[in-house]
Amino acid sequence: MSTTRTRTPLVRGRVGELMPRRDAEPKVTGAFAYSSDLEAEGMLFAVTVRSPHPHARIAAIDTAAAVATAGVHAVLTHADVPGRKTVGMHRADQPVLVVDVVRYQGEPVVIVAADDLETARRAAVLVVVTYEVLEPVADPERGEVLRDVRIRHGDQSLGADVVVSGSYEVGMQDQAFLGPESGLAIPDGDGGVDLHVATQWLHLDQEQICAALDLPPAKVRVHLAGVGGAFGGREDVSMQIHACLLALRTGRPVKMVYTREESFFGHVHRHPAWMRYEHGATPEGDLVYVRAEILLDGGAYASSSPAVVSNAACFAAGPYRVQRATIDARVVMTNNPPCGAMRGFGAVQVAVAHEAQMDLLAAALGIDPVDLRVRNALKTGDRMITGQVIDGPAPVRELLEGLRAMPLPLERGSLRADLRELPGGVANTTHGEGVRRGVGYAIGFKNMGFAEGFDDYSTARVRVSLVNGEPLVEVHTAACEVGQGLVTVLEQIARTELGFEHVVVLPADTTVGSAGSSSASRQTWMTGGAVKAACEAVRERLHELAADRSVEETVEHHHRPTFPLDPETGQGDAQVALCFAAHRAVCDVDTDLGLVRVVEIATTQDVGRIMNPAQCEGQIQGGIAQGLGLALMEEIKTENGLVRNPNFTDYLIPTILDMPPVRLAISETPHPDAPYGLNGVGEPPTIASTPAIAAALRAATGRPVTRVPVRPDDLI
Amino acid sequence: MLVPERGGAVVPVTVVLCVNGERHEFEIDPLERLADVLRDRIGLVGTKVGCGEGACGACAVLLDGRAVASCLLAVGSAAGHRIETIEGLSRDGLTPLQEAFIAADALQCGFCTPGQIVAATGLLRAEPAPTRAAVRQAMSGNICRCGCYPKIEQAILSCSGGDG
Ligand code: FES
Ligand code: FES
Repeated sequence: MSTTRTRTPLVRGRVGELMPRRDAEPKVTGAFAYSSDLEAEGMLFAVTVRSPHPHARIAAIDTAAAVATAGVHAVLTHADVPGRKTVGMHRADQPVLVVDVVRYQGEPVVIVAADDLETARRAAVLVVVTYEVLEPVADPERGEVLRDVRIRHGDQSLGADVVVSGSYEVGMQDQAFLGPESGLAIPDGDGGVDLHVATQWLHLDQEQICAALDLPPAKVRVHLAGVGGAFGGREDVSMQIHACLLALRTGRPVKMVYTREESFFGHVHRHPAWMRYEHGATPEGDLVYVRAEILLDGGAYASSSPAVVSNAACFAAGPYRVQRATIDARVVMTNNPPCGAMRGFGAVQVAVAHEAQMDLLAAALGIDPVDLRVRNALKTGDRMITGQVIDGPAPVRELLEGLRAMPLPLERGSLRADLRELPGGVANTTHGEGVRRGVGYAIGFKNMGFAEGFDDYSTARVRVSLVNGEPLVEVHTAACEVGQGLVTVLEQIARTELGFEHVVVLPADTTVGSAGSSSASRQTWMTGGAVKAACEAVRERLHELAADRSVEETVEHHHRPTFPLDPETGQGDAQVALCFAAHRAVCDVDTDLGLVRVVEIATTQDVGRIMNPAQCEGQIQGGIAQGLGLALMEEIKTENGLVRNPNFTDYLIPTILDMPPVRLAISETPHPDAPYGLNGVGEPPTIASTPAIAAALRAATGRPVTRVPVRPDDLI
Repeated sequence: MLVPERGGAVVPVTVVLCVNGERHEFEIDPLERLADVLRDRIGLVGTKVGCGEGACGACAVLLDGRAVASCLLAVGSAAGHRIETIEGLSRDGLTPLQEAFIAADALQCGFCTPGQIVAATGLLRAEPAPTRAAVRQAMSGNICRCGCYPKIEQAILSCSGGDG
């Protein structure tokens, strides 16, 4: 039987419509299975023995006592890694288990699997590792350069009449996803393994596991388990290879769940940055040049540092037109914690500097800071400092003017304000005396997707079949839902393209082609694009659909090619597309104590196309929460390579009391290259929210505020 | 969690728990964390462990109706008290609060969500019409790293009989 169906135009839950996220119900009832919730018949529990030293040579590892412990099934070291001993995202420089030299505190040395967690922990204590402690390289100025990005744009001899300069610093932020690293590896009895894990990029995990285990991809199947947040911190492998190694060695399923403390050692962090800037402008306020020296501490291993430093360089001047740019950005390797991807990578750090510089310049020129930004705003057709002509939307001016037009929150009333509305809150540190309000503006931008010639793509398989006469659409990709709402948007896309009500997004795994990473604000564009294209291909063949015949298409979606940066000049069409957001912070500061209360954040962001209104808002609010954290409290403190605060008591994360109301205006300028005209949404909110708060604090206190997170001492 | 001294022996005792109206009896180290007992022994994995030290709220359960951090509670001290977990709250279908979380899209990764729902349920039972300030105060022990706070606030207030 062959039929031609008319598709109902009125099915609900299409692109752009309000639709509750598909996984909301299991998440509110506790039924949603995160990677830490899995179990399998006969499973073992595994733990990691980590180096207490940031830099040391291993003289000996004695596992005898641990091996002899009743209930212990395996105690493995680097000698048990059958394949490549090192892995990594950009370069394979990170040992699966330390081979001879420890390069950061917490580096995994030995892994132990036992019948239960307590036994595994006790056995781990019995492992004796003899270290020859070495002096750590903790000062990034002494670090070895991993990558150096030079940008020489425009006539390098150009000078200017009005010059401002400053030095800025950004602390090391942690993704602090709430669900720690965890997963379950199940051996298949035939030399292969199935790993269920919380990750951002299934195929990159698979590739690294295969290399370390010396197995072909068909033997290593990676399945996405429930992900308790990611924000870049799950792009590199953590326990993936360890669990597989133990499962294959013991022939038993192996579960591994990091504690919070381990999690601080188990993933890369946001690079701390030191930045020296000089801006030159005409007396009228036209930017002439930007010079910047940017230093990022990449810590012990490469991770994604090469991409982070590239972003820091390419976006160093902010979204402004500038005739000359002279940027020297380098990322170095030290014995500090490894740093890598975190939401807005590279662009976040430099925004703290370029936006502070714009305010300094505005003050030097006697121009309103927003006017100065508007005057120099990048627009479509302009060149970035990499020489790339922006051919997509660049609504910098529109975002700034929209933001400025938004109403300000009410002034604080009398001195008898509610304590909870004041800096210090119920600590009762002020009743309003000494409290000053400041307003600050900032704007930032970043690329969507990967840059510099990386052939980025995603794969989707879409199948339509008839079930009891009704069409069922199944969408299969390897794209990771990490909380951003991807599964819901993919469902909306399939429904929009095919017009059928019943759409199921299958669990993500490596039995379909790679989707790339859920990072760099790329997944809705890339995998959304793949699903759309696969649906279009299926649509062409719907006439073949019959009771006994389904229609299936698998499509790879590539974005347009990008190109490397010239190593001498940093010029090149390196970016696919750009996304922009502007923020205005209103802060009250107790100028006696340096305590801060963020009264409101207002934001304008252009998202190209709103795919799911509530999820889109959620991404923006959540990104702002993390930007606020970086501005005011979040920092991993290190001392000679040792992490001082690997826990949630000492590493502070914004709570609901820290979170101000967010005034939000989302605009939609369709991006011509993207499916539905959409643009990346996830990262822009974390870029300018931090410098907007810093600007508000400067306005309130008159202090320079050149470092985030801001400390009370910086404000009094 | 601390690793006992080498050879340190644990003396199990009988602990009777009342979880979601059901009786559970264990021969157990009374110092074991309630969160682990709920998750690993009873299989109630809706209770999450985010920090293990009382700083995130992911492990919140109701103890005699009040939200507590089950990662800080020794199982022995929970004996004789009425314990409710997210599974217990969800037994008769979605509660209005859960519906409100879905409607407001007050979650992203959802890892904090069971703890948020448990804490907010405790609040609304004690104070059916909390103000916005009371909601913020009561929920300040529950971290949402995805930053869903504005929507969490909105979801809870939509269930509050008060004027916000
Ligand atoms: S896990 Fe109990 S408060 Fe964080
Ligand atoms: S939804 Fe991810 S931590 Fe709250």
